[in-house]
Amino acid sequence: MTKSDLIEKVAAQLSLPKGKAEQIINCIFDSMEEALKAGHRIEIRGLGSFEIRRYKAYEGRNPRTGDPVGVNPKRLPFFKVGKELKERVNAGATDAPAPAASADREPEKGDTSRPAAAVDPTGKKPRNESKA
Amino acid sequence: MTKADIIENVYERVGGFSKKDAAQIVEAVFDIIKVTLEEGEKIKLSGFGNFVVRDKKSRIGRNPQTGDEITISARRVLTFKPSQVLKNALNS
Repeated sequence: MTKSDLIEKVAAQLSLPKGKAEQIINCIFDSMEEALKAGHRIEIRGLGSFEIRRYKAYEGRNPRTGDPVGVNPKRLPFFKVGKELKERVNAGATDAPAPAASADREPEKGDTSRPAAAVDPTGKKPRNESKA
Repeated sequence: MTKADIIENVYERVGGFSKKDAAQIVEAVFDIIKVTLEEGEKIKLSGFGNFVVRDKKSRIGRNPQTGDEITISARRVLTFKPSQVLKNALNS
């Protein structure tokens, strides 16, 4: 779903003119961008939270040539999914068990094919975010 | 920043409706986003970033406290990939 799909859906669902829906959605994400720029944390109940992570300068490499390249310190937004949505997304995977696809392939529109994911017995959160 | 601040911004900057309406609209936008992600579909917001649902295979992990090996079950997770525009905005 792209931003324009979202605009259309919001307009249809709330009986708003498309232009108005567009203004609203732009305003929402502009507000969020402003907050992040100011270094503020964003917390959207039911969705998750965004925060700014600061990364130090490091020496990286051009993966093609192997040449060392200096990487400047940077700030990146980090999104942490909320508990409720995390569970809902994972539960979505159990709805239609189907042959497994490559783990890297993103599911296509409406594709819920994936083996059922059981509840994690450890209670541990999967960690896949990059470190500073 | 919380949802209340976003609602305030929408009410002040877009206008044309009551604050109560603004709250309902913002709530509806996030609901649509959540339902879409729950269905396994990604959300692409140009200029902001993409919310992508990824399927993870099960893998062997360890209890860091005891060192015991445990299987981490296959699961579906939500990731956010910020757009280059947003990354640039944060570092300008």
